[in-house]
Amino acid sequence: MSNVFDNQPLAGSLLAGIPHAAALGLHIVRIETGKVTCRVPFAAHLIGNPDTRVIHGGVITALLDNTCGIAVGSRTMLRGQIATLDLRIDYMKQATPDEDILAFAECFKVTRNIAFARGVAYQTDQADPVATCAAAFMLGTKSSPGRQPPGTGGA
Amino acid sequence: MDILRRAIAEGRKPDLRELVEAIPYCRFLGVETDLKGNELTTILRFSDRLIGNPILPALHGGVVGAFLEITAVIQLMLETDSEELPKPVDIGIDYLRSGRPVDTFARATVTKHGRRVCNVRAEAWQEDHARPIAALHGHFLVKPIEPGAVRGE
Repeated sequence: MSNVFDNQPLAGSLLAGIPHAAALGLHIVRIETGKVTCRVPFAAHLIGNPDTRVIHGGVITALLDNTCGIAVGSRTMLRGQIATLDLRIDYMKQATPDEDILAFAECFKVTRNIAFARGVAYQTDQADPVATCAAAFMLGTKSSPGRQPPGTGGA
Repeated sequence: MDILRRAIAEGRKPDLRELVEAIPYCRFLGVETDLKGNELTTILRFSDRLIGNPILPALHGGVVGAFLEITAVIQLMLETDSEELPKPVDIGIDYLRSGRPVDTFARATVTKHGRRVCNVRAEAWQEDHARPIAALHGHFLVKPIEPGAVRGE
């Protein structure tokens, strides 16, 4: 897997100007075409339960959604024309407080209109996930529907 | 949570405004509650940091999902006597329209109230309730007060 530092222009353009990603402190750790790892640093304003200091499930939702979106963007090279259609998340266990959360996502299928991705949120070990997700994304906008098929065309 | 334990001990429903204020992430998003009788509407106050697509502009999908999840949890707090916040087991979010940069509202219904797990549906809208921007369905683990536990003291 190539590191983000080998792919700075790609990594930069995929997250640039997303205010909510900035508000979460979300950044790309590693990236290659269709495969991305992102990190959200632990922060007090992300706590969902003040008794346990566990991070809110919504942070994981946003992290997985964004990481899957970046994975789709890195494969389709579309910018700002990717909309989440549906997102399904299974929560496996509560996150450990005071530790960062990472997410790995992979875009595993792209058709003319839709891209499919799956992801996993974890802290120290990807095999011991906090949550997993499956997502579908709509590609293109009203004015420019779908993906420009590179030669062969999509499904 | 302390707020929930106190409410149960006093034999009343928790103060939702106090509850939301006590959760840092709810404050960060800008979630408010509006309770009329037993009907709860949650409000997500728009702010620039909720944007996920600055070109359209549109709300971040994760923000809309988190808002629906919070709505489901608060609805469960209203309908269950629990000392702890319900924990999400799984959620599915359907994105129906892009979220415009304005305030968003949501309501949730507890479809099935099990002893350990509840099934909840929630819907978010903006200007027009008949045109929802997203819908959630999910399962949440609830921890009811143990039978025989001290109540109403």
